[in-house]
Amino acid sequence: MSQVKTLTVKDFKSDQEVRWCPGCGDYAILNQMQKVFAELGLSRENTVFVSGIGCSSRFPYYMSTYGVHGIHGRAPAIATGVKIANPGLNVWVITGDGDGLSIGGNHLLHTIRRNVNLKIILFNNRIYGLTKGQYSPTSEFGKKTKSTPFGSIDYPMHPISVAIGAEVTFVARCVDVDVKYQQYVLKRAAEHQGTAFVEIYQDCNVYNHEAFDYASDRQVRDDHVLYLEHGKPMIFGKERNKGIRLNGTHPEVVELGSGITADDLLIHDERAPEPTLAYLLSRMRHPEFPEPMGVYRAIQLPTYENLLVDQIAAVSQKLGPRSLDDLFNEGDTWVVD
Amino acid sequence: MTTATTAQDSHHRSKATTELQHAAIRFAGDSGDGMQLAGTQFTNTSAVFGNDVSTLPDFPAEIRAPAGTLAGVSGFQINFSSHPIHTPGDQVDALIAMNPAALRTNIKDLIDGGILIVNTDEFTATNLKLAKFDQNPLESGELKPYRVYKVPITKHTLEAVVPAGLGSKESARCRNFYALGLVFWLFDRPLDTTLNWIHSKFGKVPAVAEANTLALKAGYNFGETAELFPVRYKVNRARLAPGRYRNLTGNQALAIGLITAARKAGKALFYGSYPITPASDILHELSANKNFDVRTFQAEDEIAAICATIGAAYAGAISVTGTSGPGVALKQEAIGLAVMTELPLVIVNVQRGGPSTGLPTKTEQADLWQAILGRNGECPVPVIAAQSPADCFHAAIEAVRIAVRFMTPVILLTDGYLANGSEPWRIMASGEIAPIEVRHAQEAADFQPYRRDELGARPWAIPGTPGLEHRIGGLEKQDVTGNVNYEPENHQRMVNLRAEKVANVATQIPEQEVFGDESGELLLVSWGGTYGSVRTACERMREAGHSVSHMHLRWLNPMPGNVEQLLRRFRRVLVCELNMGQLQFMLQGRFCIPCVGLHKVQGRPFIVGEIVSRIEELLGGR
Repeated sequence: MSQVKTLTVKDFKSDQEVRWCPGCGDYAILNQMQKVFAELGLSRENTVFVSGIGCSSRFPYYMSTYGVHGIHGRAPAIATGVKIANPGLNVWVITGDGDGLSIGGNHLLHTIRRNVNLKIILFNNRIYGLTKGQYSPTSEFGKKTKSTPFGSIDYPMHPISVAIGAEVTFVARCVDVDVKYQQYVLKRAAEHQGTAFVEIYQDCNVYNHEAFDYASDRQVRDDHVLYLEHGKPMIFGKERNKGIRLNGTHPEVVELGSGITADDLLIHDERAPEPTLAYLLSRMRHPEFPEPMGVYRAIQLPTYENLLVDQIAAVSQKLGPRSLDDLFNEGDTWVVD
Repeated sequence: MTTATTAQDSHHRSKATTELQHAAIRFAGDSGDGMQLAGTQFTNTSAVFGNDVSTLPDFPAEIRAPAGTLAGVSGFQINFSSHPIHTPGDQVDALIAMNPAALRTNIKDLIDGGILIVNTDEFTATNLKLAKFDQNPLESGELKPYRVYKVPITKHTLEAVVPAGLGSKESARCRNFYALGLVFWLFDRPLDTTLNWIHSKFGKVPAVAEANTLALKAGYNFGETAELFPVRYKVNRARLAPGRYRNLTGNQALAIGLITAARKAGKALFYGSYPITPASDILHELSANKNFDVRTFQAEDEIAAICATIGAAYAGAISVTGTSGPGVALKQEAIGLAVMTELPLVIVNVQRGGPSTGLPTKTEQADLWQAILGRNGECPVPVIAAQSPADCFHAAIEAVRIAVRFMTPVILLTDGYLANGSEPWRIMASGEIAPIEVRHAQEAADFQPYRRDELGARPWAIPGTPGLEHRIGGLEKQDVTGNVNYEPENHQRMVNLRAEKVANVATQIPEQEVFGDESGELLLVSWGGTYGSVRTACERMREAGHSVSHMHLRWLNPMPGNVEQLLRRFRRVLVCELNMGQLQFMLQGRFCIPCVGLHKVQGRPFIVGEIVSRIEELLGGR
């Protein structure tokens, strides 16, 4: 599609009033998305945002692109249909921890497994916000909420581990308020050919405020997160004096110096064919470990819609041109005079 | 088995041939005996020969129930004739029973004096016990009412296929072809259609092709040479409307209809489905025809299947999802989304016995309420039902046409009987089928996603079109703009507008017709797959001089505008359906016209006799 004029951030804002709670982390994500779209020069008419149900799922109404606000958990399936019908479209899925991992867990797994070229952005706030504060599949064990007044007895699910288990070809994480880094991650996702799954730590300031403070508070975050860089040793900390070393099959936090150098540390490889390292990173949880941010895994695999289009082309070539009348007259036929 | 002429001697044959107007036969055996295959081959041969045919496959839900058990019996019934027929026949004139269990479960449907061919090799002590026979029925005299032909089918097959050099297990597997060959001889059928099929199916495995060919011919020759059969039968060609024909099952016809509809709309066909009996053959058929730009998507579940279909509809494809009753139950929330977003898609429900998993391989019509009423909120959806296997072709095209014209999901009902049953289809020229006009919105100036045309349809604006970017979803829409809106008056207006739109479908479908007189004593009302048996019952009653007419509904929602008026012209109305009175309830509720019902939920179609009995009871009881 020819895009005569370059679109600005403003061009990606719809005419609808944004109705998230004041202070919600969703605002930051919406703003970065609009910025990234403008910076990458993406078009409005060839973009479709698809969502399910939940606070995050109102997102499509606020983008001036095409959009479908679907039913609970089903956005990946709706988006798959959009992509199959028109593989040329740029299709994004906006979901949350409840929408994507609870009611829609099945669709998430299978969409990732097929490597449909969709960008799936999961806003993880570890709570049900729209239904006013029940625990979610990512809520921590023992969490007290309206539906768990004596503490949750559910073990939580880790979105990135789940995505890797489904053989995701691109998976990354970032934090809502770290806007520059978020833009980087969204751009990397946008450029990936295949399913890109991004977990964004998002603050629900009404029902689960400061759940991710350790990762978002400027005062402490550098000691609690690890920014992944492909081909670089895993160093973190405010003073850049800590690193991740492999001890047997277990990662461990080590201090650099006194005989330990960068050479002893794990080197990040986002392109490793096997997801072993990515999975190991996804298991690193606060407070024992810094939580990795950035691109865990980015490998190339033919996309579902390309395989489909290629198969149709190959079959058509093999069978030659066939008309409806050829189809009607297939098999045993006979004539009545 | 109506005898048209008396036995006659043929010049070149040693045995007498009796001419029949029609005959119904049934192959019955273990699920692993290949009875569906034998039945299909007999059907295709008869169809290619020029008979009218109607079939009733009947098989268990288990792929291979334990051998020899009653649960494992699989049957295939074919009615073939020299005049138009609408049903597979109430009873059969000939039964081929491959083991004691098949005999036990099927003998009640054989007419007195009918032909019974049994495979004596399988009447072992073990099999007799499995079939719950205390003594061997071949010796007890209980089969006296029938003409019993005892043939050691397995032994003969094993002997016949020796030259092919297969192992004993594989050799024995050819016994269905032996039985088929024998029945071909008995009904004077040519072998070519089946020989060609064997060649194309097993050409790559010459030993198997040879063995099946040998078995088929051995069975045929046994009929010819053995002193067992005093007479053979002949059913002449039917006088069908001139043209080229092929035999189609309902699922095949439906798939071809969908491809045709998409081509006629100049669009790709998207078919999202999750495997389910008895609808899976639609998915199989479509995925084999990808060269027609058919994009099949085997989803992870029923909900994903319809949601992907909704996405494909939004993006501009002719979009269809197919399933059976349990699948529709799972899809209902998404159908609501399609109603709210006003997107064109077709939901095919190949009905089966319910509730729950119910009777997966058996037919029923108990999803009418589910189709019309089965969602949250005021959620009207047009509903159309196919009436015969070949009619599934036309119904599919009609469903797509209405979906696209009105920007609405349409539910297309068939059933297990139509899906697996078959009949000759007069092959149309593709030019006989009208194009399906698709109008995508293009003009950005003053575009409103929910501005309606004269029939109430909103525009179909698809992604990729500059200037028409818009957002839709399941929240209530503001009239015209389509923005989210919760105002009380707006919701009332939108509920009304959606209802009016669906009601307007009645302006685009044919007026209701009545078979027989337009007024009178009794009107039979039916819908869907019961057309054939109800029509045949009506014909019989009229031939006997009774004032009985037949109204078969194709559109269940909305119904044609003249239905009420027609119902009122008859003194009594009898609604015949394979459920406990769902259409009857709707007609009574809607028109306040008292109806009586004939209900059956046994996993089987109506037999004509039971409809006739009910009619006689009603006419006699006035």
